[in-house]
Amino acid sequence: MMLLETRNLGRSFGGLLALDELNLKIPEQGLYGLIGPNGAGKTTVFNLLSGFLQPTRGGIFFNGVNLAGLPPEQVTLRGIARTFQNIRLFGELSVLDNVLVGCQGRSRAAWWQAALRCPGYLQEEREFVARSRALLEEVGLAAAAHDKAGQLPYGHQRRLEITRALATNPRLLLLDEPAAGLNPQETRELMDFLRAIHQEHGLTILVIEHNLRLVMGLCQHLTVLNHGLTIAAGPPAEVRRHPEVIRAYLGK
Amino acid sequence: MRLLNNIAVFITLAVSYNLINGVCGQLHLGPNAFIALGAYTAALLTLPPAEKVANFLITPLFWPLSQITLPFPLALLAGGLVAAACGFLTGFPVFRVRGDYLAIVTLGFGEVVRVLANNLQGLTNGPLGLKGLYPYTNLWWSWGVAVATVACITALVNSGYGRALKAIREDETAARAMGLNAFRHLLLAYILSAFFFGVGGGLLAHLITTISPSLFTFFLTFNLLIIIVVGGLGSTTGAVLAAILFTAAGEWLRVVEEPQVLLGLHIPGIPGMRMVIFSLLLLLVIIYCRRGLLGSREFSWGSLNRFCRRLLKYDAS
Repeated sequence: MMLLETRNLGRSFGGLLALDELNLKIPEQGLYGLIGPNGAGKTTVFNLLSGFLQPTRGGIFFNGVNLAGLPPEQVTLRGIARTFQNIRLFGELSVLDNVLVGCQGRSRAAWWQAALRCPGYLQEEREFVARSRALLEEVGLAAAAHDKAGQLPYGHQRRLEITRALATNPRLLLLDEPAAGLNPQETRELMDFLRAIHQEHGLTILVIEHNLRLVMGLCQHLTVLNHGLTIAAGPPAEVRRHPEVIRAYLGK
Repeated sequence: MRLLNNIAVFITLAVSYNLINGVCGQLHLGPNAFIALGAYTAALLTLPPAEKVANFLITPLFWPLSQITLPFPLALLAGGLVAAACGFLTGFPVFRVRGDYLAIVTLGFGEVVRVLANNLQGLTNGPLGLKGLYPYTNLWWSWGVAVATVACITALVNSGYGRALKAIREDETAARAMGLNAFRHLLLAYILSAFFFGVGGGLLAHLITTISPSLFTFFLTFNLLIIIVVGGLGSTTGAVLAAILFTAAGEWLRVVEEPQVLLGLHIPGIPGMRMVIFSLLLLLVIIYCRRGLLGSREFSWGSLNRFCRRLLKYDAS
């Protein structure tokens, strides 16, 4: 069974059809990419998948369960985490706290247990801190754990946002233009980093990206959108030669 | 004495206001409503039946409230619970909106409560207010409540819950993407602050012993807002410090309103001069420390320790 499957997924804003008839099929542990020119509807797909937008048509089946209609926090708790195109960190909080907030969604302690420092809460908090520190160690941000997130260098902020998403313990990770604003060196590091977390955590990853070199090198399968329509899908080498894709990217 | 009691009540109110406004970052402008609810509830519950008859001249207070008299601590608790219940009910419409709209909705709620207090003759005695409350609020009660409030709110803010609240303040969209139910978290903070507003209102009522709707205007909210902004939004320590300064300064600055001779010039007393000086002080704070006296810093024994050590080192060199 596919981990994520969208059936005839569509969304319109008033009269504007932002996405039509999207049929994605992503197997467990896949590394898939979603590409397309500006305004093709890629971010709309992410907003639909993560619950920030509700579809006007079709369904989103995650592990066989339809997620359409669930609010974002519920979608996250079911195992879909995402990052944002324009980094959205908790700037005033420390790097460690940012990752801890990622764990917090799974907290079972009630607010009064937290305020009274009940044993259950303390135990949970210790686990969260240990897990967050381990994650920071893994991604190489441990040294900055107590710095304010907003003061990190840009590349590290990107990395922290992915780490924070990992802290929610996802099965599917949605990355919205992770290489935006990175230089070629940083992009290569990011590719290695993504491959590493894909392996280590047994994750399924769906990437939106403009940087074709990154997606061609990284992904096993690409879906190409243009004006809300799927114009091609398949392995990178095939998609690259697809006449529709060439026309969408280079013009007629 | 009176001043110390006042300080304690304002610490209670300011620290709870800081929870919703500073920590959660929601511009809530209706604390006066919850303070009024707590004050009226507690006052109606402690007044003995004979006093109630003497108070309610126009329309008598309806039964059974006219007969009930509760001990002061229970009345305070009831004040807090009534305020919290109203917080629960208003929380649903309030947190459908954010930012300026939330400010307007809560501001409106504050006005609604004041207008109701003015017009529900049989419940609140209207504009005449309630007189002859027994001055139960002493230093034990006021400071006991203040310490309990600060302890409770500090414990919450420093827990995982507080971290979640701050995350929601920083970026609600991202917090939701982390699996946090923003509505539930905000509602909780809102209800909790409403509870402490209610208790604080009960203390205030039994401190000044006379309450009327005119006491709970937006001006009260505004004073609290000044306190937490001056103290540094989000800092409990700042809220406590600013509450002390604000309340004390309000008393000390009475001097400037009295007639006096300055440089051979006779200056007649100018009522309201206090407020002018106050505004000037506020302007200075905003110009010279834009994020309040303490910013978002907090007091902790560790930082005190570091500070002392640095001081000693400075002495030695």
